[in-house]
Amino acid sequence: MGKVWVYAELHQGSLTPTALELMAKARELGDVEAIALGAGARAAAATLGKHGAKVVHVNEDAAFDDFIAEPATDALASLHQEQAPDLILFGFTPDSRDVAGRLAARLEVGLISNAGDIAAKDGGFVAKVPYFGGAKLASMKANKKPAIVLVRPKSFEAKEVGGTAEVKDLKVTIDAGSKRAHVTERVVEASEKVKLEDARVVISGGRGMGGPDNFPLLEDLASALGGAVGASRAVVDAGWVPYSMQVGQTGKSVRPGVYIAVGISGAMQHTVGMKASKVIIAINKDAEAPIMKMADLGVVGDALKIVPALTAAVKAKKR
Amino acid sequence: MKIVVTVKQVPDPNSNLGLEADNTLSREKEAVLDPGDECGVEEGLQLKEAHGGEVILVSMGPERAKDAIRKGLSMGADRGVLITDPQLAGADALLTARALAAAIKPEAPDLVICGTESYDGSTGMVPPMLAELLGIPQVTFAKKVEVDGSTLKVHRQTADGYQLVEVSTPALISVTAGIAEPRYASLKGIMAARSKEIKPVGLGDLGIEKGQPAETIEGLTDAETRKAGSVIQDDGTAVDRIIQVLVEAKVV
Repeated sequence: MGKVWVYAELHQGSLTPTALELMAKARELGDVEAIALGAGARAAAATLGKHGAKVVHVNEDAAFDDFIAEPATDALASLHQEQAPDLILFGFTPDSRDVAGRLAARLEVGLISNAGDIAAKDGGFVAKVPYFGGAKLASMKANKKPAIVLVRPKSFEAKEVGGTAEVKDLKVTIDAGSKRAHVTERVVEASEKVKLEDARVVISGGRGMGGPDNFPLLEDLASALGGAVGASRAVVDAGWVPYSMQVGQTGKSVRPGVYIAVGISGAMQHTVGMKASKVIIAINKDAEAPIMKMADLGVVGDALKIVPALTAAVKAKKR
Repeated sequence: MKIVVTVKQVPDPNSNLGLEADNTLSREKEAVLDPGDECGVEEGLQLKEAHGGEVILVSMGPERAKDAIRKGLSMGADRGVLITDPQLAGADALLTARALAAAIKPEAPDLVICGTESYDGSTGMVPPMLAELLGIPQVTFAKKVEVDGSTLKVHRQTADGYQLVEVSTPALISVTAGIAEPRYASLKGIMAARSKEIKPVGLGDLGIEKGQPAETIEGLTDAETRKAGSVIQDDGTAVDRIIQVLVEAKVV
C-alpha cells in the first residue's frame, strides 16, 4: 500500500466538506495520513480519524490562517523531507490550489489539476481529468514522486468508517519570510441565501438573459423554489455577476435535484459542472443549442417571459 | 512601478477546439489573446497610469503568439518578451512556470499580474507555481488592487465575499475577469504597437533544460453524455410542463 496524504483544508476553524470527500478516495489508495493546519486542526483530527486517517499531523499556528499559502507550503515541505509520501491529495479549491501550486514547484514534481477521479496503477497514480473542454476525459499519469493531484469538490462521497487517528504535532517554524501575504480582514457579502453547492434547485443564467439587470428574475424564481442562482462563465467574464456564481469546469460543480439553465447554450466548459444534476430543464431561444440535447425538458422560447410566469406559477402552487 | 503581465494566446473561445495526434490541444484554430489576460493587461495599464512605471508583457508560445502580445501592446503596454521554442510544445504547468520565471526574473518587476486560469488549459496552477519560483508572495483571485507606497491592498474574491490582503512588493497577483474592463485599442495605439519591441527568447537563452514531463496523457475517453429528453416550443403551455417536471422531482 502506498503512503497517501490528504491536505485537509480548514475554513475558519472547520473542516471543509471536500477534505472528507478526499478521505473517502484516499482510503482506497493506501495508508492515509491527513495534514490539518490552523485554528481547529486538533478538533478536526478526530473527524478525520473517523473518516479513515491513521495519522493526522496538526499545527495550530495562527500564521496558517493569517497568511496565504506560504506557511502551509513550508509545513508540507518540511514534513515531506521527513517522510516521503507517494501521493498528496488536495481539493481543487482556491486556497488549496494556492498551496498545491507552490508545493509542486518547490518539490519540482508538478501536479495534476482539476481531476474528477484517481486510481492506483503500476505502482503509480493515474487521474481522470476533463479535457478538450470537457468533451473527453484524459487519463493522466503522474511521473514524479510524490504525485500531487487536485480533485474537484463533489467528486467523491464522504463516508464515516469509524476509527481513531493518532494525532502528531507537525513541528515547523514559520519565519517572517513566509508571512508576506497577510489576510487582514474577511468580508462576507452574501446574505442568508442558500449556498450554490448545497442547493437542491439551481437556476443558472447565461448570455440569453440579456444583461445583469434581468438576473433578479432568476433570484425571484430561486427564492420561490428555495434554490440558488448560478451563472455561465460568459456572463461572469462579462462582469454581470461575481465569480462565486460561476458553474462549470473552472467554476463550481453542482449536482442538485433540479438544474434550470436559462439562456445558456451549454458549452462543455459549463456542462461539465452541472451534468450530474438529477433533472435538467433548459430554457433557450435556440432549439439547436447543445444544452437542449442533454436536458430532460428543453423549452424553446423567451426566457424573460417564461421565468416570471414560472415564478408566479410556483408561488400559486405553494399556496 | 515595474509591472510584468503574463499573457497567453489561446484558441478563440468562440470557435471549436481541435486535438493533435499526440492529444495536445491544437493551436491551429483562430487564436486570440486570452480574455482573462486582457483584464490583466488592463489592470497593469491602470496601475501604471496612476503610479507611473512600465508594463512588460511576457508570453510563451509559437512564433504567432506575437499577435497576442501585439494586441496588449496596442492597448498601451510598453514592450514584450516571447518565450518560443519547439521543445515547449505541449508544456505542462511546471515547465511553463519555470520558463516564465526564468524570463521574468531578470526584469526584477515590482508586480507580476497573471490571469486566474487560461481559457484552454484551465489548470489555474501557473500563478502559484510562478510565485514560488520567483520567490515572491502571491494573492490569487484579485478583484481589486489599491497601492499604498510599496504595499498592495488586494481584495481577494472568496465564495461568500472577499478577503482584504496586504502584501509588500515584489508580489504576484492573479486577477479575476471582474477587476477591470479591457479597453479597446485605439488606432493610434495599434500604429504605435507596430514599432514596440517583442524580444524572442528560447529555452537555451533562459538556461532551462526541458526535463521529463511531470505528467503524461495515457489515453482519452469520451466523457459521459446524457440522453436528450423532450424539447418543446413555448406555445403558452411551457410553464405548465415545467411545473409538472418540478412536481415529479418533488421540489414543489
